[in-house]
Amino acid sequence: MKIGVVTFPGSLDDVDARRAVRLAGGEPVALWHGDHDLQGVDAVILPGGFSYGDYLRCGAIARFAPVMTEVVAAAQGGMPVLGICNGFQILCESHLLPGALIRNDHRTFICRDQVLRIENDSTAWSTDYTAGQEITIPLKNGEGGFVADAETLDRLEGEGQVVVRYVGGNPNGSLRDIAGITNERGNVFGLMPHPEHAVEDLTGPGTDGLGFFTSAIKALTSV
Amino acid sequence: MPRIVVDVMPKAEILDPQGKAVHGALPRLGFNAVTDVRQGKRFELQVDDADEATLAEVHKLAETLLSNPVIEDYAVSVEGAEVGA
Repeated sequence: MKIGVVTFPGSLDDVDARRAVRLAGGEPVALWHGDHDLQGVDAVILPGGFSYGDYLRCGAIARFAPVMTEVVAAAQGGMPVLGICNGFQILCESHLLPGALIRNDHRTFICRDQVLRIENDSTAWSTDYTAGQEITIPLKNGEGGFVADAETLDRLEGEGQVVVRYVGGNPNGSLRDIAGITNERGNVFGLMPHPEHAVEDLTGPGTDGLGFFTSAIKALTSV
Repeated sequence: MPRIVVDVMPKAEILDPQGKAVHGALPRLGFNAVTDVRQGKRFELQVDDADEATLAEVHKLAETLLSNPVIEDYAVSVEGAEVGA
């Protein structure tokens, strides 16, 4: 299964994301922000970092990168798309996911191992977990506060679109402790913490992050 | 050449951590009159002609790129004259 990872100017975690795909058993494909080409991949990851220096708003300029035309069309067609951190911000700016991410309520950048609870284990990116399971993966963000109006939040919770929630203290002021959400179809997934940094025992807090990548590969294999 | 100004502000119900930080600094400097601070962005757009078509385009780009309607409101004005948002 070929999983593309887009590199924008200012992406930081594209290499780690490609490594995670490989460790999960997939074939990583490097995609370039300036190309109108997904190179025949089966899924796409928008990695963490500071695309376009976070100028204007996080993800606001990356949203209009040439490759995003293809990513948006593919996502709307059902292709699994994962946005991590800055990638989550890009998915919100692209309106592939509702809501937005704003500066942390405590105004400081936060970097720590974060406990999360899996709330929905039936999306393309979460079937290798079980609902209620707690995992620990790194979190590192300055603008990770998820916000949306109350009606949208109610809908997200009612429809099971909250995939992952923060446990043991809300690190950034995200409303209702939301760490990751999916779209109605369950193929587009935005996540603020970084599973690609928790795929090997040698580095990071463990291998709890690997399941997101293996889930997508399974979802693609079973199609 | 006319100049079109687009002011972008966080919506009232959205937390504004930057404004809060600025507000928090004021009493430490001995400024006590201010009860709240909201921080936004100001864009100055140079155009050849601020006609209706150009203004329509500016509204479109303000909504598409300069602001995120989920969390921000914008206002467009020409040379200081408010023309509505």
